[in-house]
Amino acid sequence: MDTKVDSAATEKLKLSVRDLNFYYGKFHALKHINLDVPEHKVTAFIGPSGCGKSTLLRVFNRMFELYPEQRAEGRVTLDGEDILSKKLDVSLVRAKIGMVFQKPTPFPMSIYDNIAFGVRLFESLPRAEMDERVEWALKKSALWNEVKDKLNQNGASLSGGQQQRLCIARGIAIKPEVLLLDEPCSALDPISTGKIEELIHELKTDYTVMIVTHNMQQAARCSDYTAYMYLGDLVEFGPTSELFMKPKKKDTEDYITGRFG
Amino acid sequence: MSDKHLSTQFDSELSGISNRVLEMGGLVESQVAQAMYALTNFSDETAARVLQQEERVNQMEVEIDHDLSAIIARRQPTARDLRLLIAVSKSIANLERVGDEAARIARTVQRLINTGVSTRLRLPVADLSFEAELAIALLRKALDAFARLDTARALEVLKQDDQIDQEFDGLLRKLITYMMEDPRTISSSIDLVFVAKAIERVGDHAKNLAEAIIYVVKGTDVRHSSMASVENVVR
Repeated sequence: MDTKVDSAATEKLKLSVRDLNFYYGKFHALKHINLDVPEHKVTAFIGPSGCGKSTLLRVFNRMFELYPEQRAEGRVTLDGEDILSKKLDVSLVRAKIGMVFQKPTPFPMSIYDNIAFGVRLFESLPRAEMDERVEWALKKSALWNEVKDKLNQNGASLSGGQQQRLCIARGIAIKPEVLLLDEPCSALDPISTGKIEELIHELKTDYTVMIVTHNMQQAARCSDYTAYMYLGDLVEFGPTSELFMKPKKKDTEDYITGRFG
Repeated sequence: MSDKHLSTQFDSELSGISNRVLEMGGLVESQVAQAMYALTNFSDETAARVLQQEERVNQMEVEIDHDLSAIIARRQPTARDLRLLIAVSKSIANLERVGDEAARIARTVQRLINTGVSTRLRLPVADLSFEAELAIALLRKALDAFARLDTARALEVLKQDDQIDQEFDGLLRKLITYMMEDPRTISSSIDLVFVAKAIERVGDHAKNLAEAIIYVVKGTDVRHSSMASVENVVR
């Protein structure tokens, strides 16, 4: 077992993972993961299908708890607080750690309400402040100019790329500290992908962003740190520029150069 | 690059471009050898051939550069593939300069012939042969190391470049003595100093090639590093 902690030595840390194991029933999906995620940086997770990268992301906001046969062992701390602890309310964890999924999932309601819905769960804001919050989130997610005149239209009427940015707006409207993006661009065209990547770059000034992607070039383009995972192991973690230029492990090199995958 | 990519097409593009570099290297190596033959035998014909080949070398540099850009655009290479392509880019620039040095020597030969100096004076051209042999052998060794991505051999190239530098210093002293003995030879001796300098530069280009090879294999940029730290990287 590799107990060495992969960390971004000089950065301020946001989230720490210690000896994390995850099981789907009897299947051991994550094996002794140790990882330190730096604050206000973009950390990308890459690896072939089934390597555990999405599973890891789902652990970070306890999404797995929806399924009784799935369990996590070990510690995941956010600013020192164990977020896997049963004592901590899961909705509070998700308020701090938001998530956006592969397929855009707008709620069947207006663009405005898509964003206000989550906010109402945690805060009761006067109408004017709620308007401000919706505008802020839409501006932050680079969607405002495209939707400001049709806030009452249904969210599903937007294009795929716009829907995904709406989901990101919804995610940031409740002002989380960490944003998890699980393949946010895999269903989008290159222009929408470009906009989301630009957005990820903007978001890191306020949030700690973690992104799972199948697209290695995307990880190379928009992340500060990259983790390469394979069969439930964290193989290598380091600054993105180093990992893509001079990876330390041969397994990582074989994967990113397309010699295996 | 022993391991294969999932894309065999990418593999053949990479090995294709490496082979083109070696082909270009072989061409400039023979250019230098011919330029030296032209000098020691005052062969106008051989000097002219060197200058003709210069065009071919320049053309090859442009072609390889074009292929290089196309591979980068299409494949978005990473890690050692990317390092190989960067090394190819640097290597062909160095090889093209080797070709320039050969052409410089050839033009000097033509001038010495055309001004009648070659028949009027007994120039110590043979003294330059040893430096040239060293430089050509070093260039060949660097190309060989490139073909096999052999860092041990690349390290030898780095170490042996000093010999050429020493030989150049020796030649310089010899030519200065020559000029002092017979001032009529000053102008043509200066020509020979430039030839000796051109040969010395060939050694430098071979060295740059060797550094690029270490970069491909080890991922560490060893330019401007001490020999001890380079040895550390290669080991």
